[in-house]
Amino acid sequence: MQQDLEVDRVTKRYGAHVAVDALSLDVAHGSFFSILGPSGCGKTTLLRMIAGFLVPDEGDVRIGSKSMRGVPPNRRPVNMVFQHLALFPMMSVGDNVGYGLARRGVATGEIARRVGAMLARVGLPGAQGKRIDQLSGGQKQRVAIARSLVLEPTLLLLDEPLGALDLKLREHMKIELKQLQAAFGTTFVYITHDQSEALVLSDRVAVMSAGRFEQVGTPQELYYRPATPFVAGFVGANNRIAGTATRVDADLVELATPGGLTLRAGAGGTIAVGDPVEAFVRPEALALARSAAELSPAAQRFDGRVQNLLFDGANSAVLVREARTRAEIRIALPQTGRFSDLEVGEAIAFGFEPQRAVCFRASGHGA
Amino acid sequence: MAREGAARGSPEGTRLALLLLMAPALVWLVGLIVLPHVELAVLSLRTRVAPRVYEFGLDQYRTFVDEPLYWHTFVRTAAISLLATACTLLIAFPTAWYIAKIARGRAKSLLFVLCLIPFWVSEAVRTLGWMILLRESGVLPRLLVDVGVTDAPVEMLYHDATILVGLVYTSLLFMVVPLVGALESLDDSLIEAAYDLGGTGATILRDIVVPHAAPGIVAGCIVVFMLTIGNYLTPTLLGGKNSLWFTEQIYTQFITRFNWEQGAAFGFLLLLLSTAIVWIGLALGGQRFGDVMRRS
Repeated sequence: MQQDLEVDRVTKRYGAHVAVDALSLDVAHGSFFSILGPSGCGKTTLLRMIAGFLVPDEGDVRIGSKSMRGVPPNRRPVNMVFQHLALFPMMSVGDNVGYGLARRGVATGEIARRVGAMLARVGLPGAQGKRIDQLSGGQKQRVAIARSLVLEPTLLLLDEPLGALDLKLREHMKIELKQLQAAFGTTFVYITHDQSEALVLSDRVAVMSAGRFEQVGTPQELYYRPATPFVAGFVGANNRIAGTATRVDADLVELATPGGLTLRAGAGGTIAVGDPVEAFVRPEALALARSAAELSPAAQRFDGRVQNLLFDGANSAVLVREARTRAEIRIALPQTGRFSDLEVGEAIAFGFEPQRAVCFRASGHGA
Repeated sequence: MAREGAARGSPEGTRLALLLLMAPALVWLVGLIVLPHVELAVLSLRTRVAPRVYEFGLDQYRTFVDEPLYWHTFVRTAAISLLATACTLLIAFPTAWYIAKIARGRAKSLLFVLCLIPFWVSEAVRTLGWMILLRESGVLPRLLVDVGVTDAPVEMLYHDATILVGLVYTSLLFMVVPLVGALESLDDSLIEAAYDLGGTGATILRDIVVPHAAPGIVAGCIVVFMLTIGNYLTPTLLGGKNSLWFTEQIYTQFITRFNWEQGAAFGFLLLLLSTAIVWIGLALGGQRFGDVMRRS
């Protein structure tokens, strides 16, 4: 498949700090690729190198198989949607969208025609004459995307464009962005620190930390088969349990926490007995029961007491303290409503199948 | 009753409070600006027919029209002031751009202070500094001889260009300050977005930077133009007898000739001129006076 973007061992340093560390990545034509990471992980630096605002210290960026070395941003077949959109307040909506075409020397009549068609495609027909401050947050978003897509770039870069919106609009724009990308078929490279945005929108996601990629894969791969403790902790909610490996057989690890809890989990990577390890169990992998006998025979079972109820509609969860070790575990409430009468302080059994948890060697200092 | 009204925030109470708050400004405005100007207007409209006998008439203004020296000086002052304003803008814009967009932290405050330092000494001393540099036996002509550019020292004072240099130098700060303010409020990502969409340095300056900074540019130009056209010291010292600056004519009428009526008429003509040019400038720049003053 044709690669629209190839980043080849790109490095960027600021003094002694390495912002982007020998990163490589490929983005296939027409796909939605996200770079997900906490703030300060180097994702904005990487995006700005692709756009051409920063020059890599080492490595090369190729767009549509052409090296971008020495090509300034205004000559790259790439456009960017900025974090705060950067619409030109001194121009009308039509002039904003037509700005790039005018710079290319397209005739006035042709600009008007293409701007009109583009605004209609993003659902703002006839908005040419409006001022930027007359638009709502979602409309500004669409104008910013239209302004870039009207130039038919090989690649559209998006720098956390939903960050400034309120929650409800953000949810709405997520869906709109995905539909726009599908309708235009343009390759999108999207950076965000919001894992939900990355999971919902992307065909593939790269999880970035400290200038490197921790894992690149589909949202499902990241969620169900995290490759590193960082990915397991960053993508989706997870219970993190630190301890020491006490037994290793085949792909199962048994670990004991300092508090005395023992449990088994699938091994992520090679682990030897005595290694400090971290296990991750998703809240929805844990099953609740009023008595231990109701739990599946394959599950390892624990007893506990309800410490707190976190009602959040479909995302409701319960915080349970394990009876012996007082370890705090977050467990998703099943959607069936079976536990809707659960009360704080109630005794409860819970358990999970070892294969649905994953265990990694703890990173270095054995946190 | 009045106190009750004020306590309830009735219209009369609010108006009284507003009036009291504005009183110092009103006293200043009426006492020091409006009253003297009314007096000047009355003065300029009378003609002396005999010692201590005056008549109403437009003679003072007629003299201005009939005497070519006066209106030549008038037009010349306006032209050089406009030129000085334009030169100040051209020099101040890159300076302000550097301070607002490129310099960071300490360098930024240092550059600002550098712009301010010349204003710690009086205008007279500053202008005399220029005279020491530029007079025939001064630093610059000697340097030119030493380097071999000229055979003999050249008199650099008493040219129009010298006046221009002095005026630009005196005005620079008043252009830099509003420009820095206007440019600092310009979001860098707008420039990057324009660049990303295919803009070049020149088109971004024309389409994004200048429209955004327009109120600052107009405010700076108005202030500099008013300061320049009303300047007395710099043109007189640097231009000498050839300077032909309109404020000198006013000074001559009031002080040398003791012809207050003529001086008052000249003063009014200068006021009308600067008002007219500022108004034309605002109209050309598509700006409203209130907006410009708020932004500067």
